[in-house]
This record gives sequence, C-alpha cells and structure tokens, in this order.
Amino acid sequence: MQQVMFIVLSLVTLAAALMVVIARSMFRAALWLVLTFFGIAGLFILLHAEFIAVAQVLIYVGAISTLIIFAIMLSRGVMDPDARRFNDQWGVVAGFGAVLFVLLAAVVTRTRWPVALADVPADAIQRLGGDFVGSYVIPFEVASVLLVVAMIGAIIIAREQES
Amino acid sequence: MLSQYAFIGIFAIIAFALPVIGLVLAWLIRPKKPNPAKNSTYECGMETFGDTWVQFKAQYYLYALIFVVFDVEAIFVFPWAVAYNKLGLYALVEMVLFVFILLGGLLYAWQKKALEWR
Amino acid sequence: MDYIRDFFVNIARSWTAWISTFLPDWGVSLVNYIVVGIILVLMPVLATLTLTWMERKVIGRIQNRIGPNRVGPWGIFQAIADAVKMLIKEDIIPDRADRPVFNLAPILIAGAAGLLWAVMPFGRRMIGADLNVGVLYIVAVGSITTVAVIMAGWASNNKFALIGAFRVVAQLLSYEVPMILSIATVVLLAGTMRMMGIVEAQVIPFIFILPVAFIGYFLAAAAEVGRAPFDLLEADSEIVAGYFVEYSGLKFGWFYIAEYGNLFAVSAITATLFLGGWRGPFANAVPALGPLYFIIKTILVVFLLMWIRGTWPRFRIDQMLAFAWKVLVPASLANLLWVAVVLKLPLPAPVQWILMLGGNLLILFVAATLLGRAAKRDAAKHSLTPAAV
Repeated sequence: MQQVMFIVLSLVTLAAALMVVIARSMFRAALWLVLTFFGIAGLFILLHAEFIAVAQVLIYVGAISTLIIFAIMLSRGVMDPDARRFNDQWGVVAGFGAVLFVLLAAVVTRTRWPVALADVPADAIQRLGGDFVGSYVIPFEVASVLLVVAMIGAIIIAREQES
Repeated sequence: MLSQYAFIGIFAIIAFALPVIGLVLAWLIRPKKPNPAKNSTYECGMETFGDTWVQFKAQYYLYALIFVVFDVEAIFVFPWAVAYNKLGLYALVEMVLFVFILLGGLLYAWQKKALEWR
Repeated sequence: MDYIRDFFVNIARSWTAWISTFLPDWGVSLVNYIVVGIILVLMPVLATLTLTWMERKVIGRIQNRIGPNRVGPWGIFQAIADAVKMLIKEDIIPDRADRPVFNLAPILIAGAAGLLWAVMPFGRRMIGADLNVGVLYIVAVGSITTVAVIMAGWASNNKFALIGAFRVVAQLLSYEVPMILSIATVVLLAGTMRMMGIVEAQVIPFIFILPVAFIGYFLAAAAEVGRAPFDLLEADSEIVAGYFVEYSGLKFGWFYIAEYGNLFAVSAITATLFLGGWRGPFANAVPALGPLYFIIKTILVVFLLMWIRGTWPRFRIDQMLAFAWKVLVPASLANLLWVAVVLKLPLPAPVQWILMLGGNLLILFVAATLLGRAAKRDAAKHSLTPAAV
C-alpha cells in the first residue's frame, strides 16, 4: 500500500513540476508549483517525517508561494501570455541541461546512500528540538542571521526602487 | 502513525469532494442564461477602462518577505518548545539569542518604515 | 448506565464490532474513516446554518432590533432559506475570467475549512486524528486559504477583486505571525503539539496563566477569519465584497460557508488551547460530557466574537497592519521568552504559573500604555482643531 501511495505521489509531484515549466501563464505555473509542494509534503509523510511535512506546507505553500506570486506580479511583462517563451539560445541551454542530467543521474544511481535501518523514533520532534540547541546550534544561529540578512537586503532594494 | 495520515488523506478527499458535489448539484438546478451585460466585469456599473493589470505596490512584496522570515523563525521555535522541558539552561540562552537577532531585523524594518502601509 | 457514561466512544465501539463481522480489517478502517470524515466535514456547513442565525440575532439585539423572525419560530430556518436561494441563483462567470482557477478557488477554500476539523478534540478519545503535530497542522491548513484567496482574486479578472485579494493576503500574512507565536507559547507551556495533549495539560485553563497569548491568538485569529473589527476587506460599504465580487450562486455560498466554518473552527481552537477544551466538572468520570463542554466553550468564544463585531468600529488597513507587526508580534515574542525563562526557574508549578501571569499582565500594561501614547500622537496629528494646525 505504501508503495502504491509513493508511486501516486511521485507521479503527481513530477507531473506538476513539469507543468510548472510548460505552462503558458506564469500565474498557472505558480499554481502548479503549489501542487508540487503538496506532493513533496506527501512524500515526507511517507518517510515518517511529519514535522517536516507540515513545515513544508506551512512555509512553502503558505509563505513562499505567496512571495513567488507577488514577485510575478511585480514584474511587468511576465504576465503577458503572448510573449516569446524561448529566446535564441535555447539550443545551447538544452545541451547543458542534458549534460547536467546525465551527470546527476550517474551520481544519484552510483552513490551508496546510507539508509536508516531503524524505525523513526516516536519522539523524533523532541530529538529535533534538542539537536537544534545541541549538536546543530551553529547552523541554527546562522539561520537566524541569514534570515535577517535576507530581510534587510530586500528592504534596501525595495526602498531604493521607491525613491 | 501513518494510519493517522491515511485518515487525513481520505478526509481531504471527502473535504474537497463536498464542495464539488454541491456545485454539481447547483449546476443541475440553476438557470443558465448568459448575456453580455451579465458576463462583463463588474466595475460599479460602468464599463471597465484600462487593463485589469494594476500597479502592484512593492509594499505587498515586503510584507510577504517579512512574513516568510518570521514564519521560518516560528517553525524553528516549535521543536524547541516541545523538547524544552528536557533541555538545560543552554536551550534558553540559544533561543533568546535566536529571537533577539530576529527582533533586531524587525526593529530595522520598523525604523526603515518597511512596515508602513504607504 | 455505564454505557451512557462514555456514550460516544461506546457507540463507536459497538458500530465497529458490528461491521467487523462482515468486513475485513482494512474494510473496517476504511468505513470508519469515511463515516468520521463525513461527520467532521459537515461541521462547517452545520456552523454556517446555526451561526449565521445566531449572528443576525445577536448583532440585531446589540443594535436594538430583533433580527430575522419570519422564517420559522424566531427565524431559525432563515439559514435554510438563504441556502436554497444560493443554490438556485444563476452562476455568472465573467468573460475573461480564468475558468479552471475561478472554479477551483471556492472548492479549495471550503475544503480547507473542512480539513481543520480532523484534529479537533471533542472529548477524551474523541478526535479525528491526534497528530503529533496537531497545532502545526491547523496553521498549515490555514495557510492554504491564502493561496485560494489569491486564486479567487486573480481569476476574476477584475481590478477590485485583485486589489481586494492582495489586501486580504497582506492582512492574513501579517496576522499569521502573532497567531503562530501565541500557539508556540501554549506549546511551550504544555510541552506537546498534540491537541489532545494540550487539553490534558490544562489543569487550570491556560487563559488564566497566559492572557497575552490568549488575546494575541484571539485577535490574530479574528483577523485571519476576517471578522470585525478586521473586516475592512469584505465590508460591503468598502470594497464591494472584495476578492469574491465576481462570484455568484453557490460558489459565493462556499466562500460564505468557509468563513463561518473558519469562525467556528477558530473558536473551537481557542476553547481547546485556552479554555480547557473538553475539560469540566465530572468530565473525567463521565467522558460523554466532554463534547458538551467543548461545544459550550466554543459557542462562548463565538458569542464573544459576535459581540466584538457589533460593538467595535472597524480598523483602517494601515492601523490593522501596524497593530499586527508593531504590537502583537513584539508582545507575543516577549511572552514566549518570558514563559521560557520562568519554566527554567526551579520553582513548583503553581508558583511558575503565577510568575507567568504576572509577566503577562506586565506586558499587557506596557502595550496598553504605549498604544495609548501612540493613539494620542496620532489624534493630535490628524486633529482639525485650529490649535493643532
């Protein structure tokens, strides 16, 4: 049963991701992206990572999708469905894309991924919280600095444009 | 644990099916008489002028961005809050540091009037 | 007699036992999921039918009039009349609207309103799914509404709808932060994210320990649902129904159901987080009383929200957003840190609670003082007396 759910969710996620790239209207593309995020959240649940799944929905669907849609609307011209979709360099880009695909496929299929043999512990979230302030405290604090830097940067750029 | 999410999955299907069923029912019952005046866009009874594309204020984007920052911060708080009772004093100190850094950011936004509506 | 004591759970057990006789295990689970799902999904619809009546009566009385009283005794069938009207109205889709997205938006919003009910603790062992991340699930489902609002506003191809949608989203985003932070404070005190766990941890209801968190969550949730005094964006005198101006018939009806469903859900969450949920006198001995207490507390909060709607004037959008970011967010953060500090002090629990309450009252006092000063400055700036000019 889990296998079936995994296949269904993966197909949905991949199809939605494909539609993001193919869709004509940028807004529709953003909506397909939202579906992709939901698919990923479902995959997290299959991995027993419920906190990450809920965080995925909260942050990606709730906040980042909105941000992306606002960004789309801020830039004129991208909303125009009749604009040219491919510029002149598409051949070169397709070539690079194919090379990247081959490289990634090789890496992904040949690495020995460490698979956890034990079940996810019941108090996974407590352990996560403990790790935030324990072993991973430096990334934790750096994350807050990163967030503030992003905020300050955006404010500076937005304010510059206004004045 | 997964069975709980199986319930959520089935529940989601039911929750989204209910409006669909309702709308199908309404589609069967209601009159369908489109005419150009009814179908035109609503603009207080007048003809629309100009494109629907509106001047999008950068302020909206700023609100969304500051929201993303605080949303992520809040997400970090939850596992810490759940594990708090078993952790030592260092947990408090590190979270205070985390929050203060973000409060600094909020203060900066406040000073630069990024939180004002205009 | 014993059967009635834990009535609902026993009914569920008898039912499960009966269907187990002719269904395999997975069939039993599936049927139970579907039955519970249908019952829970009808909560927003039930809420709309009863709460719209309640609202019109309560607001009517506050405004010194009677409210609907023609359709049935005391007008209780008014909601059914409204529902029938919405069903049979013609569905007008504007010309250049984006049809799939236009049709999807009300479905998403109504579905999200229903999804919330999966984690509501009605009583001991009466919950759809007691997720380990219960409260976060609630916030996450709420954030789906944000996307649905943008979809509705954009797909209508209407300037007013689009502007209305942006403003609503700005409001939703701004108030989601104090909401999450207040919930985080409760989680900190209760030590768990499970809704059932939070109810069980409330030996005394959390409103008496964390009034700031209660006020923060209450106001933020009111703003999230779009209730007055935060209803600038759907007030009929302002932006003509805002982002759903182009919707008619049952599609509009689903937006409406979602609004009242969310109102009911938010009140239920407040009751769970701050008023003790299904706890009450004799609730331990007679678990069947649990849902009764739960409903009573929820209706109390709903009444409080309606009372506020009928009494307070509306906020302007700049006041509203400033209030969220400059008052609620710092207050919620201060509260969170204070609770964290107090929890680490080596004192017995009741003393800690009193300290937390003290800190909360201090935060309230400081916030009120600063707000008072800011209001005076604002009034002096906008006043039209010759002295100020």
